[in-house]
Parts: sequence; structure tokens; C-alpha cells
Amino acid sequence: MDWLHFALFTLIVFVFVITGVLFFIWYERRGLGRFQLRPGPNRAGPFGLLQPLADAVKVLLKEDIVPALADKPVHFLAPMVAFVPALAVFAVVPFGDGAMLADLNIGILYIMAVSSIVVIGIFMAGWSSSNKYSLLGAMRTIAQEVSYEIPLVLSILGTVMLAGSLSLNDIVKAQQVPFILIQPLGFLIYMTAAMAEINRTPFDLLEADSEIIAGFQTEYSGMKFGLFYLTEYAETLSVSAVASTLFLGGWAGPILPGFIWLIIKIVAVFSFIMWVRATFPRLRIDQVMAFCWKFLLPLSVANLLITAGLVLTGFNEQIWLAVPLNLGLAAVLVVLASRQFRTGGGHAVT
Amino acid sequence: MPSLNNFGEGLLRGLKVTLNHIGRKWITVQYPEQRLNMSRRIRGTDIIWDRESCISCRACERACPVQCISMAVSRGEDKKLKTDDITVDLGLCIFCGLCIESCPTGISIYLGYNYTNTTHRCSTFSGAKTGNTPSDGRCREIVRSNDELLVDDAARPRSGYYRPEISSALPPQTLLIDQTTYLEDLRKRGLK
Ligand code: SF4
Ligand code: SF4
Repeated sequence: MDWLHFALFTLIVFVFVITGVLFFIWYERRGLGRFQLRPGPNRAGPFGLLQPLADAVKVLLKEDIVPALADKPVHFLAPMVAFVPALAVFAVVPFGDGAMLADLNIGILYIMAVSSIVVIGIFMAGWSSSNKYSLLGAMRTIAQEVSYEIPLVLSILGTVMLAGSLSLNDIVKAQQVPFILIQPLGFLIYMTAAMAEINRTPFDLLEADSEIIAGFQTEYSGMKFGLFYLTEYAETLSVSAVASTLFLGGWAGPILPGFIWLIIKIVAVFSFIMWVRATFPRLRIDQVMAFCWKFLLPLSVANLLITAGLVLTGFNEQIWLAVPLNLGLAAVLVVLASRQFRTGGGHAVT
Repeated sequence: MPSLNNFGEGLLRGLKVTLNHIGRKWITVQYPEQRLNMSRRIRGTDIIWDRESCISCRACERACPVQCISMAVSRGEDKKLKTDDITVDLGLCIFCGLCIESCPTGISIYLGYNYTNTTHRCSTFSGAKTGNTPSDGRCREIVRSNDELLVDDAARPRSGYYRPEISSALPPQTLLIDQTTYLEDLRKRGLK
């Protein structure tokens, strides 16, 4: 019956991601509208619900332009190389107790490995377009994503140490209280680094439209552009799903079935990401790099060491002691790290 | 708290500002269900003509810098001038108001309130209805002539431009946004 399980869950995952992405596109456009005192898309269908479909039809009908000097096979492959990993991440996300495509015992490692491939897709797009803006965007992505991967992994390691397992299902089961309470600093670092990983505002340097047109996707049109657009939201969906699973208790929750809880948590995390996008302006590339190496990295290492110490001494078993202690520690660490953090300083400005 | 202003207090304050925006009413105008009220003295894109008071002096035709008014005038039985044909090409008109200013009677020609001049199909243009199709065969969907130029208080009201006496009689209009139209429409369609 193995093949049935795989066929069924592949279908479920696929449908979940596609509808999730379409919903997110609509939700974000409506939500950003509310943040900006405008209604958002409201012409296609009730409340503009059909807007993503209208966009999809429009994108499908557009001419697919390939620059004359482009590296054509690479240019063609890039959107798929970017999109498929964003989809593949969902193979190990549990929708209920054990309800997942594959319960890998190295689930988190798999997610980190697979989601890193998106960077290659984006770099392929920037490189093959033979356009300076595309290349600039792609180079920024590489610098940014390679740097932010480190605090991202270190912040995830905290939850792995608490759960004693790399499998997402086991991590969910290990959460007597959601890990956000025991790992508040880890959650903050994870959200920041993950938003940089998936290039959401304020870290959307690779397509900073006011500086480099559309970054790596400048030379893309039609369905290939559509795929990049889907990738962006599929990545956001996967980050929200991983954050819900690792820090918010995943499918665990009273009364309602597991997958409903997961969806509620995913939408909550996504709303937070959208809220941040509606608030903050884009950072400069040097600020982004300085923030990663001088702020997030020391913080995540400190968080890792403290978590290791607390786990060794068995302190984290006493939930009601551990929660206030960790919240306090997180606040102190953030304040300490902020006081020594300065952007710039790479070379003297005279 | 100045001692804490380097730990992200600004970030939190920004988040609070945007959060406060969620519950507010939107401020964009949902055209075309909802339109801005216009000034009583708007130079709107319409020419309105009054057959009764016009003395067919053709001053407006001569005053027009782009020559978009064309009139055919003849002398009737009682030796008075009468207008056989007046055609205004609103596609050429620049809504400068010189025709209005030049009219000796002061009550025969006005600008209107309209500000959308586009139509969807050439077949709906006024010339086709009145048989005044321009001979050059150009698609002139916004050419108006004769009775089409007359005032219609509901569809084509007169603007008070250069006519202080009718301006004061018009209902007070400001540049405030009238959201009621849009909300009513939503309610009618059962969306709100
Ligand atoms: S408003 Fe100006 S351009 Fe238009 S008909 Fe009158 S004089 Fe001519
Ligand atoms: S200027 Fe006035 S009175 Fe003279 S033809 Fe024009 S509308 Fe009639």
C-alpha cells in the first residue's frame, strides 16, 4: 500500500500548495490594501477572490520572450529549478499525527537542503539572462541567502535539541507547550532569517525594483515569470508551515482536527510576515549583511549555547520555570546585542 | 525611553502604526461607482447650447481657437437670423471657455459637468443618430450637434463657469469624496 500512500499524499501536497499559494496571493493583496487604506483587488469575483486566477490567465496568455544573448537552456530551466524545491519542502510537513508524505528521520535537514536549491534556480535566472540587473540581483541573492542560512540553521537547532529528533512529526509531538515559549529568541531569529531567505520585504534586495528593475526576473515574461511569482509565495507558504510546525505546535491543538490547526497557524504566521512587509522599508545590501553577521549570528550562537546548557541540566523539563526564564533571557540578549550592533564600519568613510 | 531606543523600539512603533491602519475606512475613490464631486465652476468636457436665446451671431464660432464649432446660419421670414446647424467636435475642443466668454447674450452657451468623454463603440456616436456623419469618414464619436447640445438638467447639467448667476443657483458642490454611492452599490449587490 506504499504506492497508494505516496500517490495520495503527493496529490494532497500538490493541491494544498497550489490552493495555498493562490489564497496567499489574494490574501496578501487584500491585506496590504487594508494596511494602506485602500480596498485591494475587488473587481474579479466577490471580494476579488478570483483575482489570482485572472492573473494566472493573463500570465499564461503573455508572450514568452527570451533575450537573444540568453543562455537558453539555463534560462528555460531556471524557473523550474526554483519552483520544484519550494514544492518539495512539503513532503515532510505533517498535516496530522504521522499524516505526511514521508516521515524522514532527518526531516529538518531535508528541508534545509532542498530549500537551498531555490537559490541555484534564482542564480541560474540571473546568470543566463545576460542582463546586468539580473546578474546584480542574482549576486545579491547568493550573498544574502548563503549568509542567512547560518543563523537559520542555528535557530532551528534549538528546537531540535529540545525535541531530540530531526523528524518534524517528533518535534510536534515533543511540544508540551509550543516551542515559541521555550525558544522565543530562536523564533525571532528564525523568522528574520527565513524572511531574508525567501526575500520578503524588508530583505527583498534581489528584486529591488527601485534600484535594479526586477532583479533576476527582469528578462522573464509569460509563464516563466508566473512560475517565479508562484515560487515566491510557495516559499513563503513553506516558511510559514515550518515555523508553525517547529515553534507553534504544528497540527497539535484541541477540538479541531490537526490539519485545520496547521492551516490556522500557517495563516497566522503569514499574516505576521505580511504585517512586516506593510511596515518596513527595504534595507541596503551592506545593512542586510551587517545585520546577519554582526547581530543574528552572535545571537543565534548564544541562543544555541544557552539552550544546550538548559537541556543538559534538565532545566527545560520544568516548563513553568523554563518559559519565564527563556523569555527573560531572550529580552536581555536582544538588548545586549542591539547595544553593540552598528551597521557599516567595513571601511572608513572620510 | 531614550536608553532603549537602539533595541528595535522604532520597529515596534512602526508595526503599531500599520496595525492601527487596518480598521480604518479606505480612502481611495472607487471609480466609476463613486465619483468626486466637482466644483460648481468646473470647465467640464461638454458644451451646452440654448436655442431659444441664441441670436446666431457666430461670435462663439469665431472665438474658438481650434475651430471646433461650426454653424450654418440663415435669415428667416421675419428677417431674423436663425441657426440651421451647429456642430461641436468635443474631440477637438480644449475646454478653454472662450466661446462662453464671447457670447453677447451671456446665456446661450455653457460648459458642462461631464468629465468622461470616451465611448465604447463608434456606432453609438451622435453623428450616426442625427445623420451628421462627417464627410471625411473619421470616427467622431464625440461630435455633438443641434438638439444634442441642449441642456438636460439630469444628464447634462450646465456648469457655472463664467456664469455667476447660474453658478449660485447650482447645488453646493465641494471636492469632498462621496463614498455613499459606492457603499450603497456594494449593499445592493449583497457584498457588504
Ligand atoms: S471651449 Fe474653447 S475650444 Fe471649446 S468650443 Fe469653446 S472656444 Fe472652442
Ligand atoms: S456667441 Fe452665443 S449667441 Fe452668438 S452664436 Fe454663439 S451661442 Fe449663439
